[in-house]
Amino acid sequence: MTALLTGTGLYRSYGPTPALRGLDISVAAGEIVAVTGPSGCGKSTLLHCLAGILRTDAGEVRYRDQDIGLWSEAARSRLRRTDFGVLFQFGQLVPELTAAENVALPLLLAGSGRREARKSATLWLGRFGVGDLADQLPGAMSGGQQQRCAVARALVTEPRVLFADEPTGALDVLTGEQVLTEIVHVAREQGTSVVLVTHEPRIAAYADREVALRDGVLDPTGLGLGLGA
Amino acid sequence: MGGVSTSHVLLGLLCAGPQHGYELKKAHDERLPRAKPLAFGQVYATLGRLERDGLVAQTGQDREGGPDRTSYALTDAGRQRLDEWLAAVEPPAPYVSSTLFAKVVVSLLASGAAAATDYLIAQRAAHVARLRELTAVKTARDASAGDVVAADYAIAHLDADLRWLQTTLARVTDLHQEVIT
Ligand SMILES: Nc1ncnc2c1ncn2[C@@H]1O[C@H](COP(=O)(O)OP(=O)(O)O)[C@@H](O)[C@H]1O
Ligand SMILES: [Mg+2]
Repeated sequence: MTALLTGTGLYRSYGPTPALRGLDISVAAGEIVAVTGPSGCGKSTLLHCLAGILRTDAGEVRYRDQDIGLWSEAARSRLRRTDFGVLFQFGQLVPELTAAENVALPLLLAGSGRREARKSATLWLGRFGVGDLADQLPGAMSGGQQQRCAVARALVTEPRVLFADEPTGALDVLTGEQVLTEIVHVAREQGTSVVLVTHEPRIAAYADREVALRDGVLDPTGLGLGLGA
Repeated sequence: MGGVSTSHVLLGLLCAGPQHGYELKKAHDERLPRAKPLAFGQVYATLGRLERDGLVAQTGQDREGGPDRTSYALTDAGRQRLDEWLAAVEPPAPYVSSTLFAKVVVSLLASGAAAATDYLIAQRAAHVARLRELTAVKTARDASAGDVVAADYAIAHLDADLRWLQTTLARVTDLHQEVIT
């Protein structure tokens, strides 16, 4: 398999705190990769760097063989709108917009017409079991329902890569499993690559492969245990 | 608890030096508090079989005599059998947890933290691989409710074992580092 997205020699610090210390990772088209490891090992930082949200201090992030670190901020945010979907643990919906408007938003930003965007949004909300909440505001929904909307919004543009950071961390077990199962189905059907950040083995098991981190580098034991040097 | 091999556990306990049946029973019940207490009859029957197979040998009897006062020691063949068991990964399935626990306890006792770490890493990898297989069964489009419920059951147990394996691995590694530094 050829790589769709690669990170090579990634370094990133927050002031004096190193978060990534020379990390290599590669994700093939259609591949679901779990990034695991204990809290603070750099998973979220890695996800943000790969998604072009954070710049690295050193190292290269290549997407479809282009070094996106060399791109302007505008070009990177365009890439995120067209090719990437991003999903966090919670709190990503715009509170003033209904579920359907939230999900339609990325399509509108990408230049779709209103009707078309609304139609896709309804379809994706249905796919994640919250079609009947299309006209509700996020504040009127449960955490699980909000997260289902957030997944619909992350996938509505049919991204090539979905970045999901502990996407089920705030959900009950069954809701989490339903959401993950649906993500896996979408990824398989559309050939979407998924970078799935989690510290739970049960969640990592949804992936084709696990990349374990430890203190900002790959864990040589493959365990992501943060065992110290 | 059926699954745990008493003979291997006894071999492991004998690494501390020759002991007689009563001492082995006490050591077993202390070291593996979650296992059922061993019956004396089972200890003597197991020692008899181990002796027949050349894995332990009699080293003498206490002054007051009696078959229950016979001491046994591990033979080279016994040590080899024990090491094979300690290194062998258990097939990841629900209900192996008492065997995993016994292995780690015996491994620490008989072979030290490095051997326990090697075993834990291999066992953890086997559990993770099985978890991934079961998850694939569950997420298949054509999975029946029965498939999903059965997979859920196995996953819940493996996941619990995995958490314990992972925590133990972290603990044992700390222990190992204390020993070597
Ligand atoms: N915005 C930030 N400012 C300062 N330090 C941060 C920030 N974000 C993360 N860190 C630090 O960087 C390291 C890696 O964090 P993170 O990537 O969030 O790890 P993980 O997602 O695996 O928990 C940690 O030591 C964390 O405290
Ligand atoms: Mg994080």
